[in-house]
Amino acid sequence: MLTPEIARLWLNHFAALIDDNKAHLSDLDTPIGDADHGNNMARGMVALTEALQAKPDLDLAGVFKASAMALISKVGGASGPLYGTAFLEMAKTAKNSADLPTLLDAALAGVIKRGGAEVGDKTMVDAWTPLVKATHDGTLSQAVIDEAVASTEPLVAKKGRAAYLGERGIGHRDPGAESTGYLFKALLETEGTL
Amino acid sequence: MTYGIVIVSHVPEIAAGLPKLLTQVAAHIDITHAGGTDDNDIGTSMLKISSAFDENTADELLAFYDLGSAKMNLEMAIEMADKPVHLYNTALIEGAYTAATLLEAGVSLPDVEKQLKPLVIK
Repeated sequence: MLTPEIARLWLNHFAALIDDNKAHLSDLDTPIGDADHGNNMARGMVALTEALQAKPDLDLAGVFKASAMALISKVGGASGPLYGTAFLEMAKTAKNSADLPTLLDAALAGVIKRGGAEVGDKTMVDAWTPLVKATHDGTLSQAVIDEAVASTEPLVAKKGRAAYLGERGIGHRDPGAESTGYLFKALLETEGTL
Repeated sequence: MTYGIVIVSHVPEIAAGLPKLLTQVAAHIDITHAGGTDDNDIGTSMLKISSAFDENTADELLAFYDLGSAKMNLEMAIEMADKPVHLYNTALIEGAYTAATLLEAGVSLPDVEKQLKPLVIK
């Protein structure tokens, strides 16, 4: 069962991983996108950690809602509405459940609804889908994360800025899948989440 | 029933510039815009889009945008809007110009939409 305290640790760790890797994320976004994924996400995660710090007494739904609003208002690129919707759907579901896989199901449904991408479109959905399943199966590991993120490399993008490049994007990793990998890596490295 | 137009672009100058073109053919249509992030960087802002909805005095809005994430932020703003907003996946300039011309001439929304159909590119 996820508590508000553990959720905070998870999200703050996610923020730290994004900050540590923001140059790498923007580098991934350079050949097939608009080179801003790392900086956009880092700006959003600063807003997220500040929002959580300002409100120390939130319940689980409140933690996810505050996170969602920070990302929606501060990111600017596609990752804002996508991660924002993911956390907003987790906030709605957290009113009735503190079960992490159930919350992540809601998050993934939100990402799919917002972005309209399916598995195979070379987007964060290609990472989210197997990683949410791994939390259900109890098999989440760094190897599973690495494999899910790398699975976007051979694909032809159907959504997002990379779709303009078509087959020219083959061989490049989707930056949104990479940042999704950090979200799940943060889960692995936060005691009490899984 | 009055109709207004909302323009959303990643670039503040594009969002502010297109209404100048539209106003030439639609002096009586309220046209509002949202461009760039809250810090006026390249990107879109759901808050700015919501403000563009609120500032528009029309009862019902037709929204046009440039690229992908503008659509996502538009959709979120639409879910929170207190008036109906129709979102069109047309080429931004041609779609908005067509709608402005027809609305100014008093053409009905279904007929405007019929003429927007061939301009859908995304």
